[in-house]
Amino acid sequence: MTRWLALAAGVAALVALPAGLKGYGVYLLSLWCVYVIAGMGLNLTVGYAGQISLGQAGFLGIGAYSAAILLQAGVPFLAVLPASALLCFVVGLLLGFPALRVQHHYLAFATLGFNMLVFLVARNEQWLTGGTFGLNNIPRPMILGWRFANRVDFYHLLLAAMLAMAALMAWLLRSPWGRAFAALRDNPIRAESVGIDTTFYTLMAFAIGAAYAGVAGVFFACLVGFIDPAPFGVSISLSMLLMVIAGGAGRFFGPALGAVVVVLLPEWLRFAQDWYLAIFGFAIVAMMVWLPGGLLSLPDRVRGRA
Amino acid sequence: MTALLDVREMARHYGAIRAVDGVSFAVQPGEILGVIGPNGSGKTTLFNAILGQVRPTAGQVIFEERDITGLSPLLLARRGIGRTFQSLQVFGGLSVRDNLIAAGQEFRGGRAGRLFAAPDAGLGARAEEIIALFRLGPVAALRAGGLSYGQQKLVDIAMAFMAGPRLVLLDEPCAGVNPALIEELMELLLRLNRAHGGSFVVIEHNMDFVMRLCGRVICMAEGRILAEGAPAAVQADRAVLEAYLGA
Ligand SMILES: Nc1ncnc2c1ncn2[C@@H]1O[C@H](COP(=O)(O)OP(=O)(O)OP(=O)(O)O)[C@@H](O)[C@H]1O
Ligand SMILES: [Mg+2]
Repeated sequence: MTRWLALAAGVAALVALPAGLKGYGVYLLSLWCVYVIAGMGLNLTVGYAGQISLGQAGFLGIGAYSAAILLQAGVPFLAVLPASALLCFVVGLLLGFPALRVQHHYLAFATLGFNMLVFLVARNEQWLTGGTFGLNNIPRPMILGWRFANRVDFYHLLLAAMLAMAALMAWLLRSPWGRAFAALRDNPIRAESVGIDTTFYTLMAFAIGAAYAGVAGVFFACLVGFIDPAPFGVSISLSMLLMVIAGGAGRFFGPALGAVVVVLLPEWLRFAQDWYLAIFGFAIVAMMVWLPGGLLSLPDRVRGRA
Repeated sequence: MTALLDVREMARHYGAIRAVDGVSFAVQPGEILGVIGPNGSGKTTLFNAILGQVRPTAGQVIFEERDITGLSPLLLARRGIGRTFQSLQVFGGLSVRDNLIAAGQEFRGGRAGRLFAAPDAGLGARAEEIIALFRLGPVAALRAGGLSYGQQKLVDIAMAFMAGPRLVLLDEPCAGVNPALIEELMELLLRLNRAHGGSFVVIEHNMDFVMRLCGRVICMAEGRILAEGAPAAVQADRAVLEAYLGA
């Protein structure tokens, strides 16, 4: 009960927050939502199914570019959203299937290579992606005749999408599939011996995680209105992975916290100028050494000591 | 009567080490077969070669009149063979109840259907039944990874029975379990055997347990079968006394 109240209070705060923020604050908040959606997907792959993926930004890019192209072609937003998600899901299957058939840790290599490929295609295939100039004038979403042109309106739409994606994830994790994901993470050998097809479930976790990045990518494209290859590079994938680990891999609210760290900390640390990357990197390494369970494991730890 | 499981000339070598070196035996429906032998005699490797955990160097395995040699653990589970491991193998992060449901859910309906099934996959009642049978009630809601060794062992064994397998292979179920629980475990296995016609192959060093549980025993030494027969006969066998039980 208190949990639901806390959740409701949190949502109410997120709805009301833009009132006290300037334009840039609303933008950062929106960016946070985008990363939370992508991070939830990555958390499924990494935290719940126990795989390593180094290509989440690649899927974010596929979602963003496909959305930009389709929206500019006049395809309605409500059709673009599932189409981009499906595209990422299918690409995830095509990428994961051969990798997982060989060996589960090949997924890390495959996703790394995949992300580099996405980046190169985005930069070099000018006819499709605009190359380094990117694609601009990406329209804000129009849903049932209502255009979410206003910053705050768009943020509220994005927030609603994030909450819907979170609810979907919660439902998935509670389903028998969620149990199978946890089982293959905890003990793949035992899982196979009780009939759990670890290859199938790993592939599904990965592809669903990719689809989440696709959804995030669509909103990202609409948020910034202009995309170029930079936000979809391997380094962004790495920071997304670190974000999941920082928040607490396999914890439902981990990505929400991790995304705060990844989106806002660089802003706050701006006074440190060129040093912020180093400070940030050091913080992450320190955390993996001293707090491998992520920030959300702190309460448990404190309780365990007491 | 055709055998439930028929293992023929099974071998598994690791380089020059002949961990299993030409072992043949059969398990009849409803039988409890014991496997004994000194440490390193190849008992676990024999299980692993039968169960697809390692590839046999030679030999054949027939289950319910079909050749299952070299099939993956996944496919063998689907064919109705359950197993437990010598080393603890539970899903540490899941509750005991979820461990049991995880061990049974893949045998119900299709995968797509399970995505939309109830969270307990319709196995809530079955899980309660197994929990009661193995007296896991007090710990059912706890994380399996946090239980005592003996309790985890019990969960491991209970998992093997969730899906109603037609054959279960148990690797040292008594190791690390306290004497009172061992007694319970034996009664439980006997009950599953008599009431439900369960067939088991049990590796065990606890001779008392083997003598009272098993209808027939094979003793392995250095990858081969040293003696085979009624428990009392094997126990009294000269070669077995020399190689394993000691005089
Ligand atoms: N992966 C492996 N590589 C090399 N040798 C192995 C391997 N697995 C087992 N062996 C060897 O095979 C032999 C049989 O081992 P196994 O584990 O089957 O014995 P066991 O009868 O189960 O013993 P215990 O009663 O101690 O469990 C041993 O000599 C062991 O060292
Ligand atoms: Mg052994």
